[in-house]
Amino acid sequence: MSRPLTSLAPGEEAQISKIHAAEALYHRLTALGFRSGRPIRLLRRAAFRGPLHIRIGSTDVIIRASDARCIELVAI
Amino acid sequence: MKRIALLGMPNTGKSTLFNRLTGAAARVGNWPGITVDLLAAKIPLGGNLVELIDLPGIYDLHGYSDDERVVRHFLEAQPIDLLLVAVNAVQLERQLVLPMQLAELGLPVVMAVNMIDEARKLGMSVDTERLAAGLGLPVVAISAKYGEGQAQLLTATAETLGATPPQRAEAELARARLAADDQIEARAAALLDSAVSMPRVVPEQISDRLDKLLMHNAWGLPLFFLAMLGVFAGVFWLGAPIQDLMKNGFGWFGAAALQPALAGTPELLRGFIVEGLYGGISTVAAFVPVIVLFFFFMAVVEDSGYLSRAAYLMDALMSRMGLDGRSFVMLLMGFGCNVPALMGTRVMRSRALRLLSMIVIPFSLCSARLQVFLFIIGALFAPAVAPLVLMSLYLLSFATAFITAVLFRRSEGFRSEEPFVIELPPYRLPTLRQVWMRGWLEVRHFMARASKIIVSGVVVVWLLTHLPYGVAPAGAESYAGILGHWMQPVLGPLGIDEKLTIALIFGFVAKEVVIGALAVIYGLDGNALTAHIAGSLNGVQAYSFMIFCLIYTPCLSTIATLKAESRSLRFTALALAWPLALAWTASFAFYQTATRLLGT
Ligand SMILES: Nc1nc2c(ncn2[C@@H]2O[C@H](COP(=O)(O)OP(=O)(O)O)[C@@H](O)[C@H]2O)c(=O)[nH]1
Repeated sequence: MSRPLTSLAPGEEAQISKIHAAEALYHRLTALGFRSGRPIRLLRRAAFRGPLHIRIGSTDVIIRASDARCIELVAI
Repeated sequence: MKRIALLGMPNTGKSTLFNRLTGAAARVGNWPGITVDLLAAKIPLGGNLVELIDLPGIYDLHGYSDDERVVRHFLEAQPIDLLLVAVNAVQLERQLVLPMQLAELGLPVVMAVNMIDEARKLGMSVDTERLAAGLGLPVVAISAKYGEGQAQLLTATAETLGATPPQRAEAELARARLAADDQIEARAAALLDSAVSMPRVVPEQISDRLDKLLMHNAWGLPLFFLAMLGVFAGVFWLGAPIQDLMKNGFGWFGAAALQPALAGTPELLRGFIVEGLYGGISTVAAFVPVIVLFFFFMAVVEDSGYLSRAAYLMDALMSRMGLDGRSFVMLLMGFGCNVPALMGTRVMRSRALRLLSMIVIPFSLCSARLQVFLFIIGALFAPAVAPLVLMSLYLLSFATAFITAVLFRRSEGFRSEEPFVIELPPYRLPTLRQVWMRGWLEVRHFMARASKIIVSGVVVVWLLTHLPYGVAPAGAESYAGILGHWMQPVLGPLGIDEKLTIALIFGFVAKEVVIGALAVIYGLDGNALTAHIAGSLNGVQAYSFMIFCLIYTPCLSTIATLKAESRSLRFTALALAWPLALAWTASFAFYQTATRLLGT
C-alpha cells in the first residue's frame, strides 16, 4: 500500500515507490538521489508545518511538504 | 590561452578547490549574456598559463534551474579546452552521473574526487583507478580544504590538456536526452559497485547529534536568534570603532595633507577634489571594515553548514512571503548595513528569489539611518516617548519589507520557479584560510564594481550643493536649493520644507551625512543645531521626515551594490522607484492624517 512521504513519522523509514513531480522538481530530486526502490528516512519536521528533514543514502535534504507530497512510498 | 572550466554539483567543494588552485588571483569576468558572477583566474599549468573559470554548481546538465541554464549557455557559447569536474567522494553514489554526462560532450574531462578526507573518516574507500578505467578519464582523489592531492590533480590536468587538440562542446546541450541519461545511470550504478565501498552501517555522527539540538522544534529557533545576535554584534559592534578609525584617518589625511597640497588652487577646485572626489573615495573605504567582518562571519555561518539549518528553521514563516530562511538571515543583517547583506544574497541560487530578497533588504533600518533618527528623536521628543518613537520606526521597517515581499512575490521575475529542496551538509569547521579569503575577495569585488558609482554620486551631490559659482554651500541659491524649491509641491504636503529637502538630497549619498548636512544647511553645530531643529520643526513634521528617510532610496552605496549584484538596470531602477513611491505615500498619509487630527 502506498502513502506519501509527508505521512512518515520522524525516525521512520520506507522505500520510494513512485515520484510524480513536474519536470524541474523531478530532475532535482533525481540528482539528489531520489529514485524508486531506494530507502528514505524522515529525520524530523519543522514546526508550523515547515519543511521535512530527510535522509536518502548519504545525503540529507530539506524539502517543503508541498513538494514532498509527490513522493510515494511503500513499506520496506 | 587554453581555458579550463570547473564544474560540479553544489556543495562538492568546488569554490574551495577554485580558491586553492588560484589563490587570490581570481577576478569576476564579464561574459556576454550571463547574469551571475563567474570567477576566472589565470594560473600556470605545465609550463603554460591557462585560464580557469569557476562555473556555478549544477545538479544536472539537462536541468531547469537558473544555474543549470547559465552553465549550458556558457558551454555552448565559449570555447573550452577541458572540463575539470569536482565530485563529493561521500556522495559518489549519486554524483557520477554528472561527469558521465559531461564526458558525452566530447570535451576532455578530468574528475577530482573531493572531500576524500571525510570519506576516509566515514570508513569509505574509493578506487580511483577503477573509476578512471570505467569512465575512461583521469580521476584524482583530493581534499580541496586541506590541499591533499593538489599536485597530482594539476599534473593529470596538464597531461590531458597537452594531449588534446582544441575543440568545442558539440552535443546539443539544451535537448533533454533522457534515453542517454537512463543509460548513464545504469553504467554509473555498475561502476559504483566495483569501485566504491561504503561501510554497511554508518555510526551516528557528531552532525546528527548537533542537529538534534540545533534543529529542535523548541530550541532550534531561540538558538538561531541567539546565534544571529552574536553574528550581528560581532560584525557591527566590532566594525563600528574600526569604521570610525578609518573615517578619522581619512579626515585627518584630507585636512593635513590634501588641503595644504592644494593650497594654491582655486577654492572651488579644492572643494571639488577634497569634498567631492576624496569624499567619495572615503565613502567607499568606510564600507570596507563591515564588509570584511560580515564575510568573515558569513564564511563561518555558511561553511559550517548552519545557514541551511537556518533555512529549515525559518521556512514556515518565510515561504509565505515568497522568501526563504536564507533571505531572513540577510534581512536581519541588513539592520546593520544593507550593503554586505545585499552581497550575501548570492548564496541563494534562484535569481527570482535573490531579486525579491534584494528589493526587500533596503527597508531594513540600518545603523546609518539609526544615527539620524536618534539625533532627530533626541531633539524633538520627550525622553519618555523617545523609545516608543524609535520602536515604531523599527516596526515600520519590518512592515514595509513584509508588504513589499507580499506584493512582489507573484510578479514576473520575482516568483521563484525553483523547487525548494536544499541539501544539508554535515557540520564542518572552516579553516582560517577560508574565512580570510572570503572576506578579502568580497571587499575586492565591492571596490571593483561599486566604487565608480559611489564616487560619481558623491561628486554630483557636491556639485549640486556648490554650484553655481559663488553660492553659499547648500544654500537656497545652489542647484540643490533650487531643486528643493522645485520639489516643494511634491514634498510640501509631507511637511518636508526646502531645507529638509536639501538634507534628503544629501541623504542620497549616505544616511549618516544627513545630520552633517543639516549643520551645513542651517549653518549651526552641536547643541545650537539641536535647539534650532527643535524650534523650527514640530513633532509631526519630524516624524514624517523620518518616515521618508527610513523608506526612500537607500544610500548610494546600496544602489551601487544593487546594480552590481543584479547586473540589471531595470531592476535597479525599480529598486529605486518603488521605495520612493512607498516613502511618499506613507509620509503623506501620516502627515495629512496627523495634522488634521491634531489640528496643527
Ligand atoms: N572536509 C572537507 N571539507 C571540504 C572540502 N572541500 C570543501 N569542503 C567544505 O565543503 C563546504 C562546501 O564547499 P564549497 O567550496 O563552498 O562548495 P561548492 O558549493 O561546491 O562551491 C565548505 O564548508 C567547505 O569548507 C574537503 O576536501 N574536505
